Amino acid sequence: MLVFIIRRLMQAVVVMVVMSALVFGGIYLVGNPVAMLISDQASEADRLAVIRELGLDQPIWQQYLTFVGKALVGDFGKSFRAGEPAMRLIFQHMPATLELAVIAMTFAVLVGVPLGMYAGLRPDSLSARSIMTVSILGFSLPTFWVGLMLIMLFAVALPEWIPGWPRLPSSGRGPTVDILGLKLSFLTAQGWLHLLLPALTLALAKGALIIRLTRAATREVLPMDYVKFARAKGLSERRIVGVHVLKNIAIPIATVTGLELGQVIAFAVVTETIFSWPGMGKLLIDSILLLDRPVVVAYLVVIVFFLVLLNLLVDILYSVLDPRVRLEATAR
Amino acid sequence: MTDLAADKLPPVTGPATAKVETPLRRLVAQFCESKLAVFGLVLVVVVAIAAILAPWLAPQNPYDIAKLDIFDSKMPPGSASSDGTLTYWLGTDGQARDMLSAMMYGLRVSLLVGAVSVVAALAIGTLVGLVAAFFGGRVDSFLMRCVDIQLSFPAILVALILLAVLGQGVDKVLYALIAVQWAYFARAARAAALVEREKEYIEAARCLALPQRRILWRHLLPNCLPPLIVIATVEVAHAIALEATLSFLGLGVPVTEPSLGKLIANGFEFLMAGKYWIALFPGLALAIALIGINLVGDHLRDILNPRNAR
Repeated sequence: MLVFIIRRLMQAVVVMVVMSALVFGGIYLVGNPVAMLISDQASEADRLAVIRELGLDQPIWQQYLTFVGKALVGDFGKSFRAGEPAMRLIFQHMPATLELAVIAMTFAVLVGVPLGMYAGLRPDSLSARSIMTVSILGFSLPTFWVGLMLIMLFAVALPEWIPGWPRLPSSGRGPTVDILGLKLSFLTAQGWLHLLLPALTLALAKGALIIRLTRAATREVLPMDYVKFARAKGLSERRIVGVHVLKNIAIPIATVTGLELGQVIAFAVVTETIFSWPGMGKLLIDSILLLDRPVVVAYLVVIVFFLVLLNLLVDILYSVLDPRVRLEATAR
Repeated sequence: MTDLAADKLPPVTGPATAKVETPLRRLVAQFCESKLAVFGLVLVVVVAIAAILAPWLAPQNPYDIAKLDIFDSKMPPGSASSDGTLTYWLGTDGQARDMLSAMMYGLRVSLLVGAVSVVAALAIGTLVGLVAAFFGGRVDSFLMRCVDIQLSFPAILVALILLAVLGQGVDKVLYALIAVQWAYFARAARAAALVEREKEYIEAARCLALPQRRILWRHLLPNCLPPLIVIATVEVAHAIALEATLSFLGLGVPVTEPSLGKLIANGFEFLMAGKYWIALFPGLALAIALIGINLVGDHLRDILNPRNAR
């Protein structure tokens, strides 16, 4: 177990170094951030001063080494645009993204598991078939498209067509409440309203995935001996489905939910841009468009760390939930 | 001489009946069983025709700035152009482009990017997967480790970072999409090749002392292709969706060659002003294309899955 964890962490470090070098070098080649930061009227002396201050006058490899040296002690440089430490910017924007992602994933599980189980228990019924067809829509349509349509429907069309229909907010986060220094919006009514559309957008695709997964798992579990045995014992259908089936399909669902959380956070980039949700995703897009190198690199390091951690946790969770799985065997 | 003889042997066929059931014919029959899949195929064909024949079918060339009349911008659907020659059935966008024409040309860019990137990713991924499975050992574990690492990252992030590094342009989007997709194909190709490698015909080819290269390309590759082609159909939809997303975020294709995603992004600005058509119609076109491809791919996967074989 310990060997497995150490191996995974080492792999994560290698990935982080490679990715940061790629991005660092790549963004350096693409464009000159100075051109975007300084107005055209600035004097040559001002330009040079800014360049020196940002350390952009040194050769690229030296800039990278300086960066790595500082990164090791947690200093990822200052954002070219905001002038604040890049890491602090990321951490300021992180709670908004995590809140959105967790709530979206909760929606997806709460809706996806029951629907998927229903479709698995009655695979030939009309409603099961329609659930499955709709779920194809759910994950074939891109996130931004879903968000756009939700805005069109709930923030533009419905309030216009039906007088008195509440216009759902489609941008920003609404009022937040401070809890342990974290700003969270799901504790106020206005905050919920602001959360609703972006969370729904993210939840739709993941919900569709969970429906399909739950259905497949249910269909796989149903012909098993222990389900037959439970039936033979005369247990109620409710108990069989609620305990015997649900417990056994919980393992793949928990695994996928965990892994998909990473996907949700990545796709929050899109959702946050559409809904102007002030999370790290929007920060990343803005920083890419402005060639704000320190923030992009810092985001990348954080997200790689996060994804690796998530994968690791899911693997460990998997072995706890299912004692048949031995981590050493899969570690290779 | 031996390998010539081995390859020129006539294929072994069952007893000839009046109507021979070829694998292709069986496939077509099974495919037509699902009305939904046929409907999907119809959607795909319509969309493809609209895209391929856009220069001949579209009422206006949206790339020709000389033809655009700035007074016609943001006109609602069904209005006539100011010079009276043409009716904008789906309205016009902020640059006075006829939406219908812009969408047909946009569809061209979207489909082209989707198809080209998938074909390239299929080729690269299959090569990597086959090589990994065929040679095994250290080559295999190195290649598959790369695939694992890449697949542990969400596709959108990889593409975003690559575009941040590469810059804008249709070719850059292609590179990013290929880089995102090859790993899926590599993994699938390896899985298929590992199964096929153990089969008798490969053993037979080995016993005939055929050169490795020939076994790899003429024996192993053709037998690994069917599942990969199924994945490729669904991947075309993924590629189109991803390109649309990237373009929507402002990191994809340039404004001069708008794909559907770019058109939607342009329309998004005017959405709150009640000018819904600029975003809605390209959005619907995108949805129709994606749903069509997915319906076809989903059903193809079902009928080609050996577990569901009847």
